[in-house]
Amino acid sequence: MNMQKLYLLVPLAPLFGAIIAGLFCRVIPRWLAHTVTIAGVAVAFVASLLIFQDVQAGNTFNGPVYTWMTSGDYTFEVGFLIDTLTTTMMLVVTFVSLMVHIYTIGYMQDDPGYNRFFSYISLFTFSMLMLVMANNFMQLFFGWEAVGLVSYLLIGFWYTRPTAIFANMKAFLVNRVGDFGFLLGIGLVLAHFGSLDYATVFANAPEFAATTINIWGEQQWSLMTVTCICLFIGAMGKSAQVPLHVWLPDSMEGPTPISALIHAATMVTAGIFMVARMSPLFELSTTALSFVIVIGAITALFMGFLGIIQNDIKRVVAYSTLSQLGYMTVALGASAYSVAIFHLMTHAFFKALLFLAAGSVIIGMHHDQDIRNMGGLRKYMPITWITSLIGSLALIGTPLTAGFYSKDSIIEAVKFSTIPGAGFAYYAVLAGVFVTAFYSFRMYFLVFHGKERFGQADHHEHHGDHDDEEVAHDHHHGLAPGQKPHETPWVVTLPLVLLAIPSLIIGYIGIEPMLAGDFFKGVIHVDAAAHPALAQFLDEFHGPLAMALHAVKTPPLYLALAGVALSWFFYLKRLDIPAAIQRRFSAIYTLLDNKYYFDKINDFVFAGGARLLGKGLWRGGDVAVIDGLIVNGSARLVGWFATVIRRVQTGYVYHYAFTMIIGVFVLMTLWINRA
Amino acid sequence: MSTYPLLSLAIWLPIAAGIIVLLTGSDRNAPLARMLALVGAIASFLVTIPLWAGFDVAYGGMQFVEMGSWIPRFNVNYHLGVDGISMLFVILNAFVTVIVVAAGWEVITQKVAQYNAAFLIMSGLMNGIFASLDGVLFYVFFEASLIPMYLIIGVWGGPNRVYAAFKFFLYTLFGSLLFLLALLYLFIHSGGSFSILDWHQLPLELSPQIWLFLAFLIAFAVKVPMWPVHTWLPDAHVEAPTGGSIVLAAIALKLGAYGFLRFSLPIAPDAAHELASLMIALSLIAVVYIGFVALVQADMKKLVAYSSIAHMGFVTLGFFMFSALGVEGALVQMISHGFVSGAMFFCIGVMYDRVHSRQIADYGGVVNTMPKFAALFMLFSMANAGLPATSGFVGEFMVILGAVQFNFWVAFAAATSLILGAAYSLWMYKRVVFGDVANDHVAKLSDINKREFAILGVLALCTLWMGLYPQPFTEVMHASVNELLNHVHISKIQ
Repeated sequence: MNMQKLYLLVPLAPLFGAIIAGLFCRVIPRWLAHTVTIAGVAVAFVASLLIFQDVQAGNTFNGPVYTWMTSGDYTFEVGFLIDTLTTTMMLVVTFVSLMVHIYTIGYMQDDPGYNRFFSYISLFTFSMLMLVMANNFMQLFFGWEAVGLVSYLLIGFWYTRPTAIFANMKAFLVNRVGDFGFLLGIGLVLAHFGSLDYATVFANAPEFAATTINIWGEQQWSLMTVTCICLFIGAMGKSAQVPLHVWLPDSMEGPTPISALIHAATMVTAGIFMVARMSPLFELSTTALSFVIVIGAITALFMGFLGIIQNDIKRVVAYSTLSQLGYMTVALGASAYSVAIFHLMTHAFFKALLFLAAGSVIIGMHHDQDIRNMGGLRKYMPITWITSLIGSLALIGTPLTAGFYSKDSIIEAVKFSTIPGAGFAYYAVLAGVFVTAFYSFRMYFLVFHGKERFGQADHHEHHGDHDDEEVAHDHHHGLAPGQKPHETPWVVTLPLVLLAIPSLIIGYIGIEPMLAGDFFKGVIHVDAAAHPALAQFLDEFHGPLAMALHAVKTPPLYLALAGVALSWFFYLKRLDIPAAIQRRFSAIYTLLDNKYYFDKINDFVFAGGARLLGKGLWRGGDVAVIDGLIVNGSARLVGWFATVIRRVQTGYVYHYAFTMIIGVFVLMTLWINRA
Repeated sequence: MSTYPLLSLAIWLPIAAGIIVLLTGSDRNAPLARMLALVGAIASFLVTIPLWAGFDVAYGGMQFVEMGSWIPRFNVNYHLGVDGISMLFVILNAFVTVIVVAAGWEVITQKVAQYNAAFLIMSGLMNGIFASLDGVLFYVFFEASLIPMYLIIGVWGGPNRVYAAFKFFLYTLFGSLLFLLALLYLFIHSGGSFSILDWHQLPLELSPQIWLFLAFLIAFAVKVPMWPVHTWLPDAHVEAPTGGSIVLAAIALKLGAYGFLRFSLPIAPDAAHELASLMIALSLIAVVYIGFVALVQADMKKLVAYSSIAHMGFVTLGFFMFSALGVEGALVQMISHGFVSGAMFFCIGVMYDRVHSRQIADYGGVVNTMPKFAALFMLFSMANAGLPATSGFVGEFMVILGAVQFNFWVAFAAATSLILGAAYSLWMYKRVVFGDVANDHVAKLSDINKREFAILGVLALCTLWMGLYPQPFTEVMHASVNELLNHVHISKIQ
């Protein structure tokens, strides 16, 4: 088949499924909705595999599909850029999406919105594919906003829940703040390069390395720094970097399959992908890279801390996602773009696995999400247990698992990085290893080991601060006393197993070609002279096995072990200690429990401030000044004048005669005095 | 090119149809009046299609020109023509008239013939505005189109309709008096010509240019409306019947913006450059200030009315950056706003017809009883927030990109609409549509019927078409916009 038709098939097959399942969601039976969408995504996955092989054979592609619009000297096109970065993303997206589609059959089986859900996730797959396959900034922005829309629709999937419809609006608006920067960045690219085409922009980028622009007063700013920071603000929104991370934990209001697909594996990594794609631009600004690495480091460490105190199983995984996105961002800042993409890929597998496993636990627990109500589940849900263990081991970076290779590569690359902020970032990601191991295994032990705490009459106060209203909702009821959890059906466990396999081996297979080899040659650009961190790391790289052996001599392994050991001690042996610590350090606990007060500040300053400003401008400006004073004021003035004039019109002849006589006198006086 | 007088047809066919509808008289013949009005509107729409089909995209001047003497003594001519700037608005206007007639189908039960006739006649008059190339002809159409709208608000409007109708009428009339003076000045100064195209070539010193520009500004700024002469619009929208709001937002607001391109920029280019910063400042105030005001509205129609003002801020912003991207973006925004705001007002009308309230607080959980409606309303809310793949995105995108070239901080201020637009659109949507059923009224809602579905479906297709493939729309603009911009860049001061 013609390759270009195959490229088109990849996004269009899921779109077709989405349209069928969406437009006819009230007419078609459930089996048809899931068959047509799964078939669409499966076709996309197979086509992606073929394209991957074709690209491996050296056949990259860059060309338009159609001209979206022309204006002035500019042409805006919809087109595809097919190279190794694209195909990597295509495979990750279509594979995880396929798994999630299958899983959804089990997870959503009782939901009245079944067909609608399939339509949304297929629409998401289409949007995400358009995003990663774009060959220009405009289409990137299209996909960028489209995935945001689907995320909005899916977070608010259960649209009667107050928390869900608050969370989805919050997610959209916070993302819009990022898009605001992103769009300005795109505008700067167009204004200076005269094109939004990647190839053109990247080829001309070095010429603009020294260009400065006048932003404020007389101060000159490097064009590349301003542009890259603007673009990165977009990435901060989508990839949930501090301080635009606030939407991601709340997005857990959506059904679990989309937490896995959108809010862990694919959409949230769009920002990472974007920066890697823009590597020829970011390489020209060390300032922007410093900004990136510092933001990433803050996210990696401080969001990890929040994972420690969460009791909602999904929120633990959500904070871990935030932290891992921080790791990827740190890698970007260290100019180790390929490492960031590598971690993106491994993370997609093991984090999707962890989320889907969490979903499986939630099904087994009859929609109770509080890990304090679980314990000892390994007996009842063996497949979920083993796959969760694999996911957790990969997440904390156990040697030989996928997470080990990607995460250790990040830590090593940052160690060698010399850009400002790298020192801080190194210690942040190092400390993050301990924190990650601690909260991951805290959850693991509380869920799968220890005492069975489910089915007790005295449920803990329902999880989380938002969720109180939902107890009545049938998605949250938990196990009745005496009831036991049960393993989930095969449509749920099969995706877990299929995701567990790459979570174990993809790192071992992938690291050599993706980092050390020529896989990203000509796709990701690194200025090795200015940012030699990755090259120095690779000098010491002698194959995956050697790297695993070498790990014994480096701190991350021991930090991870310490984290696991500590959580084992705290949560299996001495459950009284965490409680004591919580009491002893209540100030820190309160700070963490309030998520560093980001939500409260945003609510008060931004949401409240905007409403106050709006009211002030409306009541003060429009109603009082413009309408009250000017419009109605002039009407009143005319009215008053008319009242005065009306007095004169008395209707008595002698009044008029008198006025006339006075007038005649005045005129005569004037006439006489004329000379 | 067709030899038929297409533009005359576009103007007089709806007017004639309106008069015929009027002849059906009392409400006993209401079904006949409706049917005649629909046929008339569709026929009027069909005759405008050849304007696009037969349009020569490579030619930037006037096409389909018709010329006849009207008042020879003052050299007033019946001079019609369209270029890439005005052509699409004639079609949009005729299209919206069909929507409006369909929108009032079951809803308007009082004075049906008069209601439909008013819209048909207004449609013809507004086509006259877009097609006129003679100053007097333009002025006559411009003023005459006020009358049907005044009647629509005043007769079929809400409880406070008389205040709103007067405010609308006086506001716009006040603006157009100075406009008339400007026309007379140009007539005298050009040695007795009322031809707008002659005026474009007329050399003028800076100071008369400034005066002319200001006179035009007052007339057009009220129509657009620009801050601070916008306060008539929320009142007019709130009181107008649904059809009135649709025409007001979709077409009537475009008249002022169109006036800038036909009069202000080409006749007084130096003044336009001189006063560009003022215009940009006013536009940005419209985008930011009005964005915040829209956020806190409790009345859905007011909210959408304010969002219209913010969107029109993008239009005037685009004009006064004097770049192809800016002007074409502004034109795209105008057309898109026709679809999107028309649809938004129709959506609100759909709910109003059932519940008889426009207050956001009276709703909640509409999706539970009106799922089809909720899906379409979502699309238009997103288009209102400027989501890519909807038409609402295209114009904003172009204007913001153009603004970055012009000045980073102008773009910065304009881009806040990305956040504000999403905030007011989605917050309203959340409160009205999502959630549990809020009260008995919402519980008793019935989903949209076939007629309503057809109207919203057609508008949805237009919105998506323009968002996914705007090239056909911008293609026809290029030659005329380039000609305009070249013209504006040449000083008229001698």
